[in-house]
Amino acid sequence: MANMALQDTRLEDARAVRTGLARWLPKRWYAHLILIVACFIVGFPLFYSIIVSTQTSSDVYAYRFTPGEALGDNWDKVMNLAQLWRYMLNSLLVTVAVTAGKVVLSLLAGLAFVYFRFPGKWLVFGFVLLTLMMPTEILILALFRFINQIGLGNTTGALIIPFIASATGAFLFRQHFANIPAELSEAAQLDGATPIQFLLQVLIPISWNTIGALTVIQFIYAWNMYLWPALIIQGQANQVVQVGLRTLVGADQAISFGPLMLAAVVASLPPLAVFLALQKQFMSGFALSRDK
Amino acid sequence: MQYIIVGIIAVIAAAYLALRFSRARLNPALGAGLGAAAGVGGSLLFMLPLNWCTFDPDLSDDIDTAFGVLLMGVGAAAITLLIAWIADGISGRRVAVVAAVPGAFKGALMPILLLAPTLTVLALFLYYPSLDTFRLSTLLTRLGARRTVFVCVDNFTRLVADDGYLNSFVTTLFISVAIVFFSLSLALLIASMVYLPIKGAAFYRTLLIWPYAISPAVAGVIFLLLFNPTGGIINYALNNLFGFQIPWLNNPVAAPWAVIIASVWKSLGYNILFYLAGLQNVPKDLLEAAAIDGASALARFRRIVIPMLSPITFFLIITNMTYAFFESFGTIDYLTGGGPLESTTTMMYNIYLVGIRGNDLGKAAAESIILFVLVIGFTILQFRTAGQRVTYGA
Repeated sequence: MANMALQDTRLEDARAVRTGLARWLPKRWYAHLILIVACFIVGFPLFYSIIVSTQTSSDVYAYRFTPGEALGDNWDKVMNLAQLWRYMLNSLLVTVAVTAGKVVLSLLAGLAFVYFRFPGKWLVFGFVLLTLMMPTEILILALFRFINQIGLGNTTGALIIPFIASATGAFLFRQHFANIPAELSEAAQLDGATPIQFLLQVLIPISWNTIGALTVIQFIYAWNMYLWPALIIQGQANQVVQVGLRTLVGADQAISFGPLMLAAVVASLPPLAVFLALQKQFMSGFALSRDK
Repeated sequence: MQYIIVGIIAVIAAAYLALRFSRARLNPALGAGLGAAAGVGGSLLFMLPLNWCTFDPDLSDDIDTAFGVLLMGVGAAAITLLIAWIADGISGRRVAVVAAVPGAFKGALMPILLLAPTLTVLALFLYYPSLDTFRLSTLLTRLGARRTVFVCVDNFTRLVADDGYLNSFVTTLFISVAIVFFSLSLALLIASMVYLPIKGAAFYRTLLIWPYAISPAVAGVIFLLLFNPTGGIINYALNNLFGFQIPWLNNPVAAPWAVIIASVWKSLGYNILFYLAGLQNVPKDLLEAAAIDGASALARFRRIVIPMLSPITFFLIITNMTYAFFESFGTIDYLTGGGPLESTTTMMYNIYLVGIRGNDLGKAAAESIILFVLVIGFTILQFRTAGQRVTYGA
C-alpha cells in the first residue's frame, strides 16, 4: 500500500498543477475524509456518554449536547449511594494481582522452556499450549462448583487464583527468549550466574516491550472480566466494577443515565490509561491475541 | 453390537497409525499395534465411565445409541491423534519447536520449580473443571444438591428437540457471522487508509483503536444509552433525519442488530491493529512490480494486498468468532438481557440461563461441551493455518 501510495504521489507530482478545488484540499483528501468519519463514529458513543454523565435525566431526554450541571449530583449518587469506589478498589486489586501473577509466572515458564533441557519438555509444552483451547467460560459451571467446594466462593481469591497462569504469556516469552542470541546465556553461565540472576539482570531488562504488551493484554482482560465475578461473588463487599454497574441500572424502571454513564466512564478509565500509556510497547510487542 | 463397533474403530485407527508411523520412519507394525490399542482404548474412553449405557435398551433410544457410536469415534480419534503427535515428538520432528538454546542451564529440579506454579494452576483450574464438565453432563443435578441422578447422554440428546437451544444456536451463528463480516470489512478499509502516507496517521490510529480497552459490559451500557426506547439519541437522530424510528431493544428482529453494532464498535480497534500489522508485511517490491506492469490501485489491492492478508484475515475470523461466542456476553447482559423473545440469547447466554437461572447443571454442562467442541474445531483450524503461513512477527 505504501508503494502504491508513493506511486500515486509521483503521478500527482508529475501532473504538477492541481487545478480548482483540488488545490485547496489536502493530498489524499478521501483518506482523511474516511478517517475523520471513522474517528467520529468510533468516538461519538464515548463522547456522548461523557456529556450525559454531567446531565440530569431531563437534560438527557431533551437531547442536549452540551455538558450539564449535574456532575456533582451524579458523582454523589455514584460514589456514595452506589459505592462505586468500593467496586473500583476491588477491581484494581484483582486486576493488579492477576496481571502481575501472569507476567511473573509466564517469565518463569518462558525461562524453563528456553534455557533448560529436561526430559518430556515438549510434552509439558503441549500441556500448556492445549489450554489455549479451553475458554474459561465453557468450564465455568464446573469451576463454580470446584471453587465453592474448596471454600473460595465469594472471596477475592476466587477472582485471582484461577487466572494467574497464562498460556499466552508463557508462549509469548518462549518466542521472545528464543530470538535472543545464545551468546547472552553462554556469557551469563561463564560468569557463574544462576538462572534467576540471569532472568532478573539480563532477560528482563531486554524484554520490556514484551512485558509491556502482556501487561496491556492481561490488565484489560482482568479488568473486563464479567461473567465469572457475576457468578462467584455474591453481595457488594468483594464485587468488581463491571458487575457493580448493575446496581445503577436497577430493575425494570426508568434508568437514570447521568449516574450510570458517569460510572461507566469512570470504570473505563484504568484500562484506557494503561492502554494509552503502554501503547508503544503493545504495538511492538504484541504477538498473540488470545486474552488468556 | 457395541463390540463390533469397537472392532471396526480399532481397525481404522490401526491402519491410520501404521501409515503415520511409516511416514515418521518408525516401525509401521508398532503403529498398527498402538493404533488398535488406541481404537479400543478411545472407544472405551467415554463408554466405560458411561457403563455402555447408550446401548442399554432400558435407558436409551436410537438417537442415544447413535450418539454413543459418535462418542466412541471421537474418543478413538482423540487418542490416535495424541499418539501420532507423541510419535512425531519422539522421532525428533517436534524437538526443534522447544529445543533449548545452546548455552542452556543444567539441573533437573530448577525447570520443575519454574514451571510448577503455571502447571498447578492450569491443572487445577482449567483441566480439572474441563473433565468435571464431562462428568456433570451425564447427571441430572442442581447447584448444592446432595442427590444426583445418572441420565446417560440424555442431556445431549434432549437438546435435539429443545427449541430454545436450537434457537440459541442459530442466533449465535447469525450474530457472530455478522460481527465478523462487518468488523473485518470496516477494519480493512480503515487500516488501508491509516496505512497511506498521510499526515496525522499515528493520531488517527490512536483515535481509532482505543475501544479495545473498553469492556464488553461497558459497551453494553454505552449502547443502552444510545439505543434505549425512551431517550435514545440514535432514534432521535433517525426520526429527525429520516422520519422513522427503529425499536432497537424491543423488537426481536432489531435487537440482534443492536448487539452486533455494539460488538462491532468494540472490536473494530483490535481488528484495525492487526490489519495494520499485516499491511506492513506486504512485500513492497511486489506492489511496485504490479504498478509498473500497469495494474490499477484497485487491482493491486484486490489481487495482491487482500491475498497477502489472508492469513491475518483467517486469524481474525477465529478470534472474532470467539469474541462473539463468549465475550459478547457482557454486552448482551447489559443491553438486551437475551431478549426480546430470546432473540439475543446466544449459546453462552443460554448456558447461563439454563445452568444458573434455571439451575439445570447437567444440561448446561452438555451445552458447554458442544460449544467446547465448536471452539476446539475452530482452534485446530487456526493452529494448522497459523503453523503454516501466519507470521505473528514478535
